[in-house]
Amino acid sequence: MNQTVAITPQIVAEHGLSPSEYDRVLAILGRVPNLTELGIFSVMWSEHCSYKSSKKWLKTLPTRAPWVICGPGENAGVIDIGDGQAAIFKMESHNHPSFIEPYQGAATGVGGILRDVFTMGARPVANLNALRFGSADHPKTRHLVAGVVAGVGGYGNCVGVPTVGGEVQFHPCYNGNNLVNAMTIGIADTDKIFYSKASGVGNQVVYVGSKTGRDGIHGATMASAEFSEDSEEKRPTVQVGDPFTEKLLIEACLELMATDVIVAIQDMGAAGLTSSSFEMASKGGLGVELDLDMVPVRETAMTAYEIMLSESQERMLMVIEPGKEDIAKAVFDKWELDFAVIGTLTDTGRMVLKKDGAVVADLPIDPLAEAAPEYDRPWTPGVKHPVIAASDVAEKPWAEALKALVGGPDGSSRRWVWEQYDHMVMGDTVQRPGGDAAVIRIHGTAKGLAATSDCNPRYVGADAVEGGRQAVAEAWRNLTAVGATPLAITDNMNFGNPQRPEIMGQFVEACQGMGEACIALDFPVVSGNVSLYNETNGQGILPTPTIGGVGLMPHVEASVGIAFTGTGQALIAIGAEGSWLGRSLYLDVVCGRDEGAPPPVDLKVERRNGDFVRGLIREGLVESCHDLSEGGLLVAVAEMAMASGIGANLTVSGPDLHAKLFGEDQARYVLAVAEGKAAEVLANAEKMGVPARRIGSTTGSDLVVNGEAVAVAELKAAHEGWFPAFMA
Amino acid sequence: MKAAVIVFPGSNCDRDAATALELITGRKPQMVWHGDAALPDVDVIVVPGGFSYGDYLRSGAMAAHSPIMASVKAAADKGVRVMGICNGFQVLTEAGMLPGVLMRNRDLKFICRDVLLRVETTASEFTSAYTKGQVIRIPVAHHDGNYFAEPAVLDELESQDRVAFRYCDAAGATTEAANPNGSQRNIAGILNARRNVLGMMPHPERLADPLLGGTDGAPMFTALLNAFA
Repeated sequence: MNQTVAITPQIVAEHGLSPSEYDRVLAILGRVPNLTELGIFSVMWSEHCSYKSSKKWLKTLPTRAPWVICGPGENAGVIDIGDGQAAIFKMESHNHPSFIEPYQGAATGVGGILRDVFTMGARPVANLNALRFGSADHPKTRHLVAGVVAGVGGYGNCVGVPTVGGEVQFHPCYNGNNLVNAMTIGIADTDKIFYSKASGVGNQVVYVGSKTGRDGIHGATMASAEFSEDSEEKRPTVQVGDPFTEKLLIEACLELMATDVIVAIQDMGAAGLTSSSFEMASKGGLGVELDLDMVPVRETAMTAYEIMLSESQERMLMVIEPGKEDIAKAVFDKWELDFAVIGTLTDTGRMVLKKDGAVVADLPIDPLAEAAPEYDRPWTPGVKHPVIAASDVAEKPWAEALKALVGGPDGSSRRWVWEQYDHMVMGDTVQRPGGDAAVIRIHGTAKGLAATSDCNPRYVGADAVEGGRQAVAEAWRNLTAVGATPLAITDNMNFGNPQRPEIMGQFVEACQGMGEACIALDFPVVSGNVSLYNETNGQGILPTPTIGGVGLMPHVEASVGIAFTGTGQALIAIGAEGSWLGRSLYLDVVCGRDEGAPPPVDLKVERRNGDFVRGLIREGLVESCHDLSEGGLLVAVAEMAMASGIGANLTVSGPDLHAKLFGEDQARYVLAVAEGKAAEVLANAEKMGVPARRIGSTTGSDLVVNGEAVAVAELKAAHEGWFPAFMA
Repeated sequence: MKAAVIVFPGSNCDRDAATALELITGRKPQMVWHGDAALPDVDVIVVPGGFSYGDYLRSGAMAAHSPIMASVKAAADKGVRVMGICNGFQVLTEAGMLPGVLMRNRDLKFICRDVLLRVETTASEFTSAYTKGQVIRIPVAHHDGNYFAEPAVLDELESQDRVAFRYCDAAGATTEAANPNGSQRNIAGILNARRNVLGMMPHPERLADPLLGGTDGAPMFTALLNAFA
């Protein structure tokens, strides 16, 4: 491709720009753009980079709290965790690439989110990932699971950041669009946080990391369109990851960040050099002039267009203090990474690109950024579903139902997945995967961070407001269940084509529900990512607003897990008795019905019950704790039993025993407490107005309900067996 | 006891090893960059886990030719204790300091989980704080931990009491099911002939702190400390 290509309507369309958007390009420039310039407009205005369909609604989400240092808009969100330290985190999708090329798509998703976090000066300390695949019996699913899991592990294991948690779900709606949402949490000193806002006319713009190749060109545009049968042809738009270089880049950047050389820094993610240089200059109200001949390249004869749009991985752009190049270069030389001064900051407010001595692009920065399209897309409210009474749901023998739930695709153990991730490296993993939330010690302190990832797309699909509320509430509940104070979330909004009013309606309603929960639970959004157009041949995914939650523990050793710690302990259920079977796992798996309204979330009750449980854990009154989510009370108790090998004896009386055992009413927990403490816990609950009741004790090696027993070992065999058998 | 931890590009358990050493011995080890040819004067050298040079070419193969490894070898020849953990074990075999190789795991997947090990010998300064036949729980985290050597080499290791640990079940039986990666004769760790170089795939530094769920790894470091007490 060269600069003299005539810009035809077809070329404009191939760049994903609508005719009206192209008219805006002409108005800004006052002339026809050349191909490089068109490419820059194309990526900057892509859905992926501009959030043009979602911005209006994202702005409605609560983003503030006294502990929020930096909310959405930077590379990642920053919260204060006390003692001069901050947690920096974000979740980001790599859905489209991971469907086309699962290993590299997932690997580079991990790499990208790591860079977003260490760009800000944080050492990454934990990774999580939320994976959603098509139906287990779809012919492509196993291939995608194997590739994505290997890719997540291949990258995270090599960079030496533990992958401590996440979720895996199967549903036919993801048959043509799997979801790979990766989250990284890092720790930084609050006085050593780095931002992307460029400053200082005349300061040098420096390129570090890997060389630029022809991989990933148009990745951002690809991620902003639906798939069709030809999606396989998009394989060249997927980047290739090099976790070894990323590890070196982490160490080199953190080493340089300990000095005072860096003015601003930004990773080259989607839309590569274009968006990083553009955003840095735009935030600083400055111009930038780049000499593309100075960019380290992997291949010969790369054009300006290719250099600007490449999405080669493991690259960073920095602005450094003049005269300090040598200090920076010495660090990158030590780590054997490329280092090149490729331009300077100017006061022109324009991006000027030179190649082979000629100007190859000259664009005004602010008008391009400000004129980025922002749409108020038409939307229609979701259709409400009727509430399904428990008495209208078939009652199957509980043991048979339980085995189907804990031994099926949705409820089975994810050990096969997380044993392929190094979840212990860095030596601070206090609660390993498999519980409600992962817990890591903040290195060198007695404090801990808890982290979780949650969403129930079945709920959101049935009622996006309620489902949005529930996703946030469940993340809050999972953090609470290990004893942490939930602080903030990152949201990864995965939806279909926003140009369809019903999809846009899902987005709008999910934002509404999430926002309500964030306010009620003091749990603001500090970062996030939007992935739209998750559709294939017009078939969209269930709306999936994945919530990544982070919480803090002043004393990490006080955290509790789900595994029973001994026999003879009292089991206490917190919250209302189970009644709600609409959209439950029981209704779906046992009855084959995916119907009804999802369980409502009463945010006041959620908060009251959760604050009570957290208080008990902090007082040391709780031996183990599990929140009640999919599968309700009995699945929760079974998971506690299977995690420990210790049984339980429960008495739960009918009628509607199936709803009491498997109902998915919200704001509930089950606690194991020492027998001698049970009366105190129940009395405290009564004082606080929290529903609590004794449901049984831990004992033996069977799970007994109303006198009927199932061996925990038998449950465990089903629970642990499904995934390996599926992947064998 | 003075200790050093070698840091290669791509090492990622260097900090973990240093943390465990400091926790047990009360003294911070020196971190030694691979590009330095000179080693400080130390009693113990740890070659840590990770992905030195990205494990490109072959696990440990590039690191084995790093400038520092000549010094590590020379130090070992003089009797300094060298402990290679995971990738460090791979580096030591590639450097010819221990026999055999670590091949891709039998199931071809990365494995991260606690495994049980039977202590095969207490006749070394690394294992003297355990009892012979003791079953300990230590995590593994590797893709290439499948120990292979020719039968004659394995026989020699056994006849010279140089197998340090074997994968086993809770009863101490070295069954196939208890072998996580397909290692020959369930071997998890070995010693050199002089018994001052140990290589092992499991990570004792990961279970040396009770907060992390166990302390079965701690006696390795206690034993070394005692050797210099």
